[in-house]
Amino acid sequence: MIDVLYFAWVRERIGLPRERIETQAATVNDLIAELSAREDRYAVAFSDRAALRVALDQELSEFSAPLAGVREVAFFPPMTGG
Amino acid sequence: MQVRIQPEPFDLGAETNAFAAAQSGAGAVVTFTGLVRDIAGRLQAMEIEHYPGMTQKAIAAIVAEASERWDLTGALVIHRYGRLAPSEPIMMVATAAPHRAEAFAAAEFLMDYLKSRAPFWKKEITAEGAGWVAAKDEDEQALSRW
Repeated sequence: MIDVLYFAWVRERIGLPRERIETQAATVNDLIAELSAREDRYAVAFSDRAALRVALDQELSEFSAPLAGVREVAFFPPMTGG
Repeated sequence: MQVRIQPEPFDLGAETNAFAAAQSGAGAVVTFTGLVRDIAGRLQAMEIEHYPGMTQKAIAAIVAEASERWDLTGALVIHRYGRLAPSEPIMMVATAAPHRAEAFAAAEFLMDYLKSRAPFWKKEITAEGAGWVAAKDEDEQALSRW
């Protein structure tokens, strides 16, 4: 089981802030493919990967990163702090 | 080194005074404050969302990096979230160092990294609707100068 979190417009497009997912996905890319195949709202939210960032266990990461041992995956647009 | 993430407003003057008073060996204090920018009188509010589990850690890492690069006696970051009105302060950074060049450079470094490496997202609310503020390419490019 893995916690998946969504922020900003990713959260709005998917329609929920977080969910717990049972997955065998090996990488972030695999998880995105799995979610996108599940429902349109995921496919829409994940359609432009260049507009997305991912954090694994609260650290910015890459889409090619493995998910082994990861407890929390977060998807969000590029940050706009400051 | 202090990092505070809070919905409440902060008092820039009081924070700056308390920060300066707590420094030992500092000859310079630099502060920066970011305000909610109005859009031609149309902005009703700005909503700032963040990633609670990551925000504190990400900013602490940025502050730690600044402390390694410059000889700082202290640094303070306050960043708000929630619904803010036009002209309200969003955030502040303060840096203190023996000499001003280090304090200025560290403050700029902190701001550049906070912009695109701290997990905050801004949404502008106007009478015509609401929209997420897009990240700018120059914010990402600004990191390459460090």
